[in-house]
Amino acid sequence: MKRRNFLKGVGLAGLGATLPFSLVEVVWGLGSKPAEHESFTFAYISDSHLTHIQGARFTQNFDQGLRKAILEVNLMNPPPDFVIYGGDLAQLGKREELDHGLELLSGLKPPLKWVIGEHDFYLDMGEYWQDKISPLYYSFDHKGVHFVVLNSILTYQDWIKKWSTPMERMLNMARLDNPQGSPFMVGEAQLRWLKEDLAKYERNVPLVVLSHSPLYKIFKPWNFWTDDAEGVQKLLQRFHRVTVLHGHVHQVLYNQIGNITFYAMMATAWPWPYPVSYVQKPNQVPKLTVFMNRADPFHQRDGTGWDILDLENGTLTNHYQLWMNENRTVAFDFKLEHPVDRNYQDPEKRIPPQFHY
Amino acid sequence: MFTRALFIACLLLALPAQGDEFTKEDLKRWEAEYMKVMEKGEKLFHSTLGSNKVSCDQCHPNAANTHPETYPKFQKQLGKVATLREMINWCLKNPLEGNPLPLDSDEMIALEAYITWERRGTPLAPGKH
Repeated sequence: MKRRNFLKGVGLAGLGATLPFSLVEVVWGLGSKPAEHESFTFAYISDSHLTHIQGARFTQNFDQGLRKAILEVNLMNPPPDFVIYGGDLAQLGKREELDHGLELLSGLKPPLKWVIGEHDFYLDMGEYWQDKISPLYYSFDHKGVHFVVLNSILTYQDWIKKWSTPMERMLNMARLDNPQGSPFMVGEAQLRWLKEDLAKYERNVPLVVLSHSPLYKIFKPWNFWTDDAEGVQKLLQRFHRVTVLHGHVHQVLYNQIGNITFYAMMATAWPWPYPVSYVQKPNQVPKLTVFMNRADPFHQRDGTGWDILDLENGTLTNHYQLWMNENRTVAFDFKLEHPVDRNYQDPEKRIPPQFHY
Repeated sequence: MFTRALFIACLLLALPAQGDEFTKEDLKRWEAEYMKVMEKGEKLFHSTLGSNKVSCDQCHPNAANTHPETYPKFQKQLGKVATLREMINWCLKNPLEGNPLPLDSDEMIALEAYITWERRGTPLAPGKH
């Protein structure tokens, strides 16, 4: 039985079992050698959008996505060193939603690191998050790898001040296709902090940056976008190799810009369309990405999932855990100097559901 | 006799109005009527129409991935050739956990007007999956 099929076959009966995850060795190829670090695995859960209806009622569909991811992460063997939660735990930033998310995530065995999303932030401008959950931006080191967490979903003060109530502001930020929306940004204060944080590290240290929005520009009308992405990229340029992991886009997406590899993480709640599916406005969806299968709405969990990430030789191998599809593995190719899908990168090997229109 | 003459006179007077002649003002008015319904559809599409606070745009920003140009088409999950309106109702019943709309209701027509407006310019592709 294939590993991924085994995983899919695990139901309630498998709760007591553990999963045999084998780490894939990546051979170091061209280019200068990065600093030595210990290989390790971590998991990434993101974009659960837990939605409070009333009283003790929450939208079941989205609860089930997060519950499933937690169950599966807990079955990993060996367990991941830690789990990143990639933001948008809540749908409208309500305390009920964040508390509900904390309650569900309290069942997760490995330790958690947090990235904030716009749905967690714009009701109270991140107050509850900072008070109960995590700082908005910080860094940490793990087994020789430097991790930086950014709050990339800030925006312009004029936009923040234009709404009459916090909930009006939240609702306007929550609508992805809002013509009254405002682009995300990291902001000058954080860029200064990032510069200082990185100054302590040699150029060959393996570096992983975690943000909610992509730290490059894909499609402004849906905020697949960070306005000052170039400012962040500039600070990352002097490093040998950098990986940026982001949520927000709810889809398989990867790209390479210079020394920086970008991966989008799966959402547990629902899939977004690729911007190529909206014909009225141009987009800059990376040509490198082999799209995930078009989701079947009749299967509630199709197009959703989570990610297992192996970090070896300073680069990541990303195992997309896709609940209703074949899993996908995208890994950095040292000859091509960009990430490559193990099965589908060759255009001739792609399958009909990967074509979106 | 008088009645017959009046009838003929009325017929002659009415004749010019029977042809399909319309002015630029007519065109503007008809477009405005359409846009009014389209905008109503846009509001509905971004509202929580069911019972679980979920709205259509959560999976379909700008109505993307609805493919109105491909309907009617064979919907394997329904086992028949279905219309866009039937799929809208499927979404209302399932992901939105709500009630279906009558197929000829103002709300249904408004939703269809918005979905097709966001896809304007795309060639018809009936039956395409």
